[in-house]
Amino acid sequence: MGEDHARIIDATTERFGKDRGRLIDIARALQGELGHLSEETIGRIAGALDMHRVEVRDAVSFYSFFSREPTGKTVIRLCNGVVERMMGADEVARAFEEAVGARFGETEPGQSISMVYTPCIGLSDQAPSALVNKTPLTRLRRDDVPGIVEAVREGRDVSDLPQTEIKLNLHKTGPVICARLERGVAIRAAVNRSPADVINEINRARLRGRGGAGFPTAMKWDYCRRAGGDRHFVICNADEGEPGTFKDRVLLTGFADLVFEGMTVAAYAVGAREGFLYLRGEYEHLLGHLEEVLRKRRHLGLLGENICGCEGFSFDVRIQVGAGAYVCGEESALIESLEGRRGAPRDRPPFPVQSGYQGEPTSVNNVETLCCAARIMVEGAEWFARFGTKDSTGTKLLSVSGDCARPGVYEVEFGASVAKVLDMVGGADARGVQVGGPSGRCLGPRDYGRSISFDDVSTGGSFMVFGPQRDVLRMMYEFTEFFAEESCGWCAPCRVGMTLLVRQFEKILNGKGTRADQAALERLAVTVKNMSRCGLGQTGANPILTSLRNFPELYDARLRSEEFIAPFDLAEALREGRQITGRKPPLEGTHA
Amino acid sequence: MTDETISISIDGRDVEAKPGQTILRAADEAGIYIPRLCFHPDLPPGGHCRICTVKVHGRYMSACTSPVAEGLVVENDTDEVNEQRRRIIEMLFVEGNHYCPSCEASGACELQALGYRLGLLAPTLPYLRKVNAVDATHPDVYIDRDRCILCGRCVRASRVVDRKSAFGFEGRGIRNRLAVDADGGLGETPLAATDKAAGICPTGCLTLKRRGYRVPVGQRPYDRAPIGAGAQDVPSQGE
Repeated sequence: MGEDHARIIDATTERFGKDRGRLIDIARALQGELGHLSEETIGRIAGALDMHRVEVRDAVSFYSFFSREPTGKTVIRLCNGVVERMMGADEVARAFEEAVGARFGETEPGQSISMVYTPCIGLSDQAPSALVNKTPLTRLRRDDVPGIVEAVREGRDVSDLPQTEIKLNLHKTGPVICARLERGVAIRAAVNRSPADVINEINRARLRGRGGAGFPTAMKWDYCRRAGGDRHFVICNADEGEPGTFKDRVLLTGFADLVFEGMTVAAYAVGAREGFLYLRGEYEHLLGHLEEVLRKRRHLGLLGENICGCEGFSFDVRIQVGAGAYVCGEESALIESLEGRRGAPRDRPPFPVQSGYQGEPTSVNNVETLCCAARIMVEGAEWFARFGTKDSTGTKLLSVSGDCARPGVYEVEFGASVAKVLDMVGGADARGVQVGGPSGRCLGPRDYGRSISFDDVSTGGSFMVFGPQRDVLRMMYEFTEFFAEESCGWCAPCRVGMTLLVRQFEKILNGKGTRADQAALERLAVTVKNMSRCGLGQTGANPILTSLRNFPELYDARLRSEEFIAPFDLAEALREGRQITGRKPPLEGTHA
Repeated sequence: MTDETISISIDGRDVEAKPGQTILRAADEAGIYIPRLCFHPDLPPGGHCRICTVKVHGRYMSACTSPVAEGLVVENDTDEVNEQRRRIIEMLFVEGNHYCPSCEASGACELQALGYRLGLLAPTLPYLRKVNAVDATHPDVYIDRDRCILCGRCVRASRVVDRKSAFGFEGRGIRNRLAVDADGGLGETPLAATDKAAGICPTGCLTLKRRGYRVPVGQRPYDRAPIGAGAQDVPSQGE
């Protein structure tokens, strides 16, 4: 290792106080400066943090933003998610490969540009999209590519390119979330009550978590408040990784004050002095804006000591940037990552409200949930519960993408039918809709009368529209690949099962599947769902299971009538052996 | 409070459990066998293999990590649960490259024994045919990753019992692999053959050198009785 490298590594670990809890930050900084994390770098980090080398390797080898091999100074991450490919990402990819002279997954010979594919980066409403280092490019067309590559090669600032414009695409604002709120109003309304009364108000509003699971927010806060321990924590989960979701991007861009207002209300309720906003690595471009909002709020006395004049109420927020791992959206995996380890979910119980960040009671809430909580403080529980349905009160932000006239974010009341949403967005002729992202379900026209709510069609917000020309099973296959890629590998059924599901599904899609193969696919999918350790594995087979139920005719059309078809080509498998032994290939029509 | 007991039922049998106990420990004390693979009585549970998954009030949960609670009704030895356990065992067989007839651990291997117990006759799933490196750099211990099922026993034992952290994981998803705390191989770590970690592997992945076949095939623990037949014994290698 050169002395320069050693100096950079030491300075970086020093900057983060040699705190092993900040390992992800340290690795992010060094990946940026050194272009990769070599075994030598890992050894040096381990030495500085007084850790075992294998522990550092364990953590950093988990995240897709960290590379063990040298990468170029510029890394182009082209999103190849389902919606992005529908909108032409493949064509854009070919254009990049031509312009750069390297394939995706490679670093160009000159070592200055690396290109990789990446799953959804939260811009499905303006696809195809890519990240050039941390800068997003949107609505890409193949003709844009040569100019982009030229700018990179000339070392120009890519943020000057016209493709870096990100539209807010907030097409329907509602009364609850996407409405203006004067800074500090919700906090003042909260601190005028006792923490128990704040929780009671949230309880009467019947607010449920907006990440998709729908756990009652008041109950979570109450468990956390009552749990023992000296320090309590509030975490805002902005690791918005479910493909097709981007509503948090819109909230953090347009309503950041409301988000922090909600976090501060939560802190008051559960008795937290410290909070974290875990921002997915793909959203690093929002970091400057968020830090600025935090700075203003500190200046206004809305963060810091004795907030809003409330004696003894102190709270502040640190933003933790992730490093590319879908599973970190799961709250216990998020906490693991926040503590500087690989984002593998924890066994539960204990739940984070009992033992979360650093083993202390921690409330992890979705960005949108916190916005709702702030609004409830100002407008009251009765007002909030007037919207939506009895068990799903309030409104929901939907991230609409795919084959529709107006992709973007819509604030709709719970209880709205799928058909109503499709009309609203200009996608009434949809062949299918993926509600809740890949982990949700794929619905066909006969289910369009169902409603968006926790009791019927529950969703964290992703709403992908598949037009009449789309091959729905192909989409389901790509979702399955996504889960196989994002599986953390901790537990056997998800680690091995997701990969086997990809293989088995592929056989059917390629027209080599029989009835028995479909039955085997379903059995495998059920086992992965039942036996996996966390939500990823428990929902990772949903694209297969929901399409088997809702689109059986698409499977029927691909299945063969033979009793058995081998998963491999026997003649091809024996070819090399025949060449070596000089044996002739078998006669046509025989089986080997 | 120490004499307080919690009543649960496992497969229709009433079982008295202690507060704070897991379902698996309570079952063991009652003499009810719940199949398990990554669990080891001397280590904290890992929750990796999911073989000990049971059904409680319609929900699946791992018995090694789930605490007992008054009135739990646990379904363990049912066709539905055992079929899915068998499928996980099969997944582990096709993920690795397990050549039982030539493996030193045959007859003392918990993976093999569970395959027999759960009725795995022949794999129906396609082999993944991963290429795995052998590590023979240590003077006394081999790593044959073809046989690694990523149960994490050695990782936990080395960290918690031996306090050496000689092992860890690396990578994500299907590319997850057993890693060692060295730039080179296992030989650069402070692992000793007498460490808990060196003798705790449920398969033939970690084996002690110069100990092969001391116990002849046919006289090994699971040659004599199926796994879980008597006490919940966990054989260690070289015995």
